[in-house]
Amino acid sequence: MRASAGGTTLLVVLSLLGAPSASVGHELSGYVSAEGRLFFNDPLYPGQARDSGSLAFQPEYYHEWEDGSGFLFVPFGRIDNADSERTHFDIRELNYLWPTENWELRAGIGKVFWGATEFVHLVDIINQTDLVENIDEEDKLGQPMVHFSAPRGWGVWDLFVLPYFRERTFPGRDGRLRHPLVVDTDHPIYDNDAEEYHLDFAARYSHTVGDLDFGIYHFMGTGREPTLLLGVDSKGRPALIPYYKQINQTGLDLQYVMGQWLLKLESLYRTGQGDGFFASVGGFEYTFVGLADTYMDLGLIGEYAFDERGDDATTIYEDDVMLGFRLALNDPQSTELLAGVIQDLGSSTRAVSIEASRRIGSHWKLFLQAWGFFDPPPDELLYNIRDDDFIRIELAYYF
Amino acid sequence: MRLLRLIGELALIFTLQSFATAAQSPEEKGLAIARQADRRDEGFGDLTADMLMILMNKHGQKSERQMRIRTLEVENDGDKSLTIFDTPRDVKGTAFLSFTHKVGDDDQWLYLPALKRVKRISSRNKSGSFMGSEFSYEDIASQEVEKYTYKWIRDETFLNIECFVLEQYPVDQKNSGYTKQVIWLDKAEYRVWKVEYFDRKNSHLKTLLATGYQKYRDKHWRPDEMFMVNHQTGKSTKLITSNYKFRTGLTDSDFNQNSLRRIR
Repeated sequence: MRASAGGTTLLVVLSLLGAPSASVGHELSGYVSAEGRLFFNDPLYPGQARDSGSLAFQPEYYHEWEDGSGFLFVPFGRIDNADSERTHFDIRELNYLWPTENWELRAGIGKVFWGATEFVHLVDIINQTDLVENIDEEDKLGQPMVHFSAPRGWGVWDLFVLPYFRERTFPGRDGRLRHPLVVDTDHPIYDNDAEEYHLDFAARYSHTVGDLDFGIYHFMGTGREPTLLLGVDSKGRPALIPYYKQINQTGLDLQYVMGQWLLKLESLYRTGQGDGFFASVGGFEYTFVGLADTYMDLGLIGEYAFDERGDDATTIYEDDVMLGFRLALNDPQSTELLAGVIQDLGSSTRAVSIEASRRIGSHWKLFLQAWGFFDPPPDELLYNIRDDDFIRIELAYYF
Repeated sequence: MRLLRLIGELALIFTLQSFATAAQSPEEKGLAIARQADRRDEGFGDLTADMLMILMNKHGQKSERQMRIRTLEVENDGDKSLTIFDTPRDVKGTAFLSFTHKVGDDDQWLYLPALKRVKRISSRNKSGSFMGSEFSYEDIASQEVEKYTYKWIRDETFLNIECFVLEQYPVDQKNSGYTKQVIWLDKAEYRVWKVEYFDRKNSHLKTLLATGYQKYRDKHWRPDEMFMVNHQTGKSTKLITSNYKFRTGLTDSDFNQNSLRRIR
């Protein structure tokens, strides 16, 4: 299991901290879900299955002691009938939290999110993307870490030591939503001789000043976003080899409230992966409350993403405008709909995304997701998945 | 002698009271009552409680939400409060952090546990429904004296309790869902028993009834149950609060973004 380094760290820290005091409670929760992904078109590449069905589970065990310290364990697993790379297991979280009045320490496998915007999560870097889960890149792999946090009246300092690197997951030969060549995740290349054991560091300062929330950080270590190189896999077939470089990245995220407007900005400067470059995404969210004398809320979202690398960028968001809306019915079933269109300004490329969810009874929830990809020219990343428009239906049971 | 002095004092008090009443406009009297109610609950420090919210539609179908609240009294400003959701299970761990201010917009954040994301939200959306219930964000917010202007309307016996009846008008008229609220407060302890809410078209939208008041720490009255009915939709929400604990030792550090991420 790849997360073993984090497990060791956890045990060391636990023994350093001594035996925790009397326990006050523990709790088991989580979900199991069944998912189907239906594609509108036949696959483009040899080996690909057309549709897929899968089962996933994510239980969550939490134990808290009298002094406020806690232990959290969140394993995750998915079994997919089409793609063996999508059948995977991960420890999302396995950590011990030691809070004191002036600081707190979390050690083990954890998850941290930084960011402000809705369509793109540009500056979020601590956790690796679990790309086989969802192309929206919101699913993350558990990251071994020691996280020290000191909240002060004048802001919060967070320091991270990251002793083990997690590789990004990619769809396998049978899976859809991939490059024409399969990414060979068994033989990644690293910049540094320590490979996945390179010690990464991050420091972040965040604060709230009136209507402004902001955070600024610096990360030094193995870049989470690989460069994909042309190569051959172990069977001698052409494949894409992930190349992980040592990078330095400074990032900024902010959210500003101006009446009913929320203004958001994320920016980063990265060196070590080709030339140093700047990337940014910014935008707004404006909410209409109580639409037409009902309890419905409608939020309008507009964002623009820019990447200095232009067409050489490793993301699809290099000069794109995103427009969308979020409709919350505010009914007992918490019905929600989020729809958006991503338009590349430099080409005809357009992507449309729709997400909806609704609770059924008090334990079940139905999710619908759809993606459509329109008119990408051959030099765009989305050209690879031009025929992979799909609908995802998921039914989850929460306990 | 003693009796004479007592009579003298009573006479003086009586004169002063009638003088005060005569000199007070209904607006001044309304404000004085609101201030008195606020003063009587001062010094609660902090409190925690468990809440069960039962949503009912007009056909009687029910759905439930369980949550925990933590409130911190802040000197010279509005309270800080944290609401943590336990059920429905799909929203478990979602938390709402609010810093109320006596003047100006409140500060509000929402914590989404699946993404581990803290999202700033606009507090101007005060008329929006809180978790699909008949309570709006402004109904559940800390009721600061400065957020309204007041007018005393009449005295009335409500459910055999001697009450003042006040009207209160939101200072932030642009963003409030109401033009006015009519409030029944008892004269003995200044507890709110009933509130009628009038929407922006000044028609009667909702009524709140509070029952089961209990006294905590010899001073602070809290209701066990609040019942909000929407007259225009026929829907209602019952809010049952239990396990009130005062002075639990909460501090500012329990109401920041770090504490949101710590929540279980």
